Amino acid sequence: MTETSQPFAQNPTPVTGSPLVKRGLADMLKGGVIMDVVTPEQARIAEDAGAVAVMALERVPADIRSQGGVARMSDPDLIEQIIETVSIPVMAKARIGHFVEAQVLQHLKVDYIDESEVLSPADYVNHIDKHRFDVPFVCGATNLGEALRRITEGAAMIRSKGEAGTGDVSEATKHIRTIRAQIAELQATYAAAPDALYVKAKELQAPYDLVAEVARTGSLPVVLFTAGGVATPADAAMMMQLGADGVFVGSGIFKSGNPAERARAIVAATAYYDDPARIADASRGLGEAMVGINVSDLPAPHRLAERGW
Amino acid sequence: MSEPRSPHSMPGDAALPDSAALPTSGARTGGAASSSLQGTDRGGAAVPEQRSGAHSDRAVTTPVVGVLALQGGVIEHMRAVESLGARAVKVRAAEDLVDAAGHPRINALILPGGESSTVDRLCRTFGLFEPLRDAIRGGLPTLGTCAGLIMLSSRIQDPAPGQRSLGVLDVTVNRNAFGSQVASAEVDLPWLGPANDVVGPDDHLRAAFIRAPEVTRAGQDVEVLAKHGDAVVAVRQGNVLGISFHPELMGDTTLHRLLLDDAARHLTQHG
Repeated sequence: MTETSQPFAQNPTPVTGSPLVKRGLADMLKGGVIMDVVTPEQARIAEDAGAVAVMALERVPADIRSQGGVARMSDPDLIEQIIETVSIPVMAKARIGHFVEAQVLQHLKVDYIDESEVLSPADYVNHIDKHRFDVPFVCGATNLGEALRRITEGAAMIRSKGEAGTGDVSEATKHIRTIRAQIAELQATYAAAPDALYVKAKELQAPYDLVAEVARTGSLPVVLFTAGGVATPADAAMMMQLGADGVFVGSGIFKSGNPAERARAIVAATAYYDDPARIADASRGLGEAMVGINVSDLPAPHRLAERGW
Repeated sequence: MSEPRSPHSMPGDAALPDSAALPTSGARTGGAASSSLQGTDRGGAAVPEQRSGAHSDRAVTTPVVGVLALQGGVIEHMRAVESLGARAVKVRAAEDLVDAAGHPRINALILPGGESSTVDRLCRTFGLFEPLRDAIRGGLPTLGTCAGLIMLSSRIQDPAPGQRSLGVLDVTVNRNAFGSQVASAEVDLPWLGPANDVVGPDDHLRAAFIRAPEVTRAGQDVEVLAKHGDAVVAVRQGNVLGISFHPELMGDTTLHRLLLDDAARHLTQHG
């Protein structure tokens, strides 16, 4: 286990890096908005607008998409500057399967690592063994089986993937609806014919115990956020009404006309997701949203959500 | 790596007396209030079965606990108080605290964990800041955990830009005293506060510290209830309980029972 900070070192029994404290931080982010930032100034704007955490990266997904090339973990200097600038949790992205990038990010004391399909994958077979780390991980998923495989590998938080960098919310909608529908289906199976859960586990390509737990409780054992294409307050509120615990906003804020206002508006609409009057108020006079790309215009090889196995 | 502890177990329950002071023990025998146990309200539409107003001589009242539900670990606290027989409602607007006639809608309040700067901003934007402060100053039994403790404090050592606190608990807090997430930990803490019907000197609290704040100064009227090493992490001043950590993630309801005990006493005195 890694070193603990001073106050904990004085107690004989503290346990760091447990699944409970990893999942616990995600519990405290519920109902909140996590914003992509590429500079300390943007991080300050995000914090000021009411973000519950920031994702520190060099390029937002929209730029990764337009500039192409291999996208990797951000420069440690940038991540450290952002950690020093804000008092809220700081997350950072590692490539899928790149466990050394994850070791570096843990060393930098980021609060959460996103093993992300937005970066170029480093391993087309294996994801990171996340149990080996004290820092918690969030991973993307397009369906329940993928979510449960990530949880088996140690993910302490799941986000539905959507299609990052597009400003098109349709894929985010599809993924959160898919995950919720598959959970409901497991619940129905549990009620009607629990012995059929074995074949459900086979179909989902996920461990039986975890499948049975979801069938019994009707929810994932970790927090479920949504991501990928959220660009407006109404987008964020729709994700919440569809059953997300919170929202990641990537390019949608700092690729828009008035980032500070838009950030505040998305925070308000996420908190009051069931209140159309407040969502309407939040949506007024925000200026231009990010221009966006229709996912249907994206050729399949350029769809980031298909990365992850 | 430790074994994950089940959030569903309530380990303190067996060790502690089924206190007669708990309002729930009355509710079990009372027909009038039993129907309230079945209602599960969403949003701000909750109306208590019985107001803490004119009917206090009718012995049975199921306490209604409001949980500030703008962001953070809301549902865990709602489940904790429901497991004790109380009714949990979400507080999302000023009207959820007091009804149109000025009667309180809740008998106790919980400010949950979350991101304190986010919740502060939402409270101020949506007109909850002053009503919360006034309700707590008016004697509403209140428990703040983690971000909730920060909100209750009179001073934040390291606020986010523009961040304010309610100033209803005479302490100074250091928001990120324990460092980043890798220092977050599960710990058992001995009870240092006075013995009462709920908890005594041989008991301990099961605590999850998650990017936790520390009380770095406590005023004269503030009792220290628990320390983690040298750090003060649980305090009480009158009707206000503030703790750095998350018992609700550990299935420890000691603090929730203390809050309900306060609520019962408050109802008897002011009802």
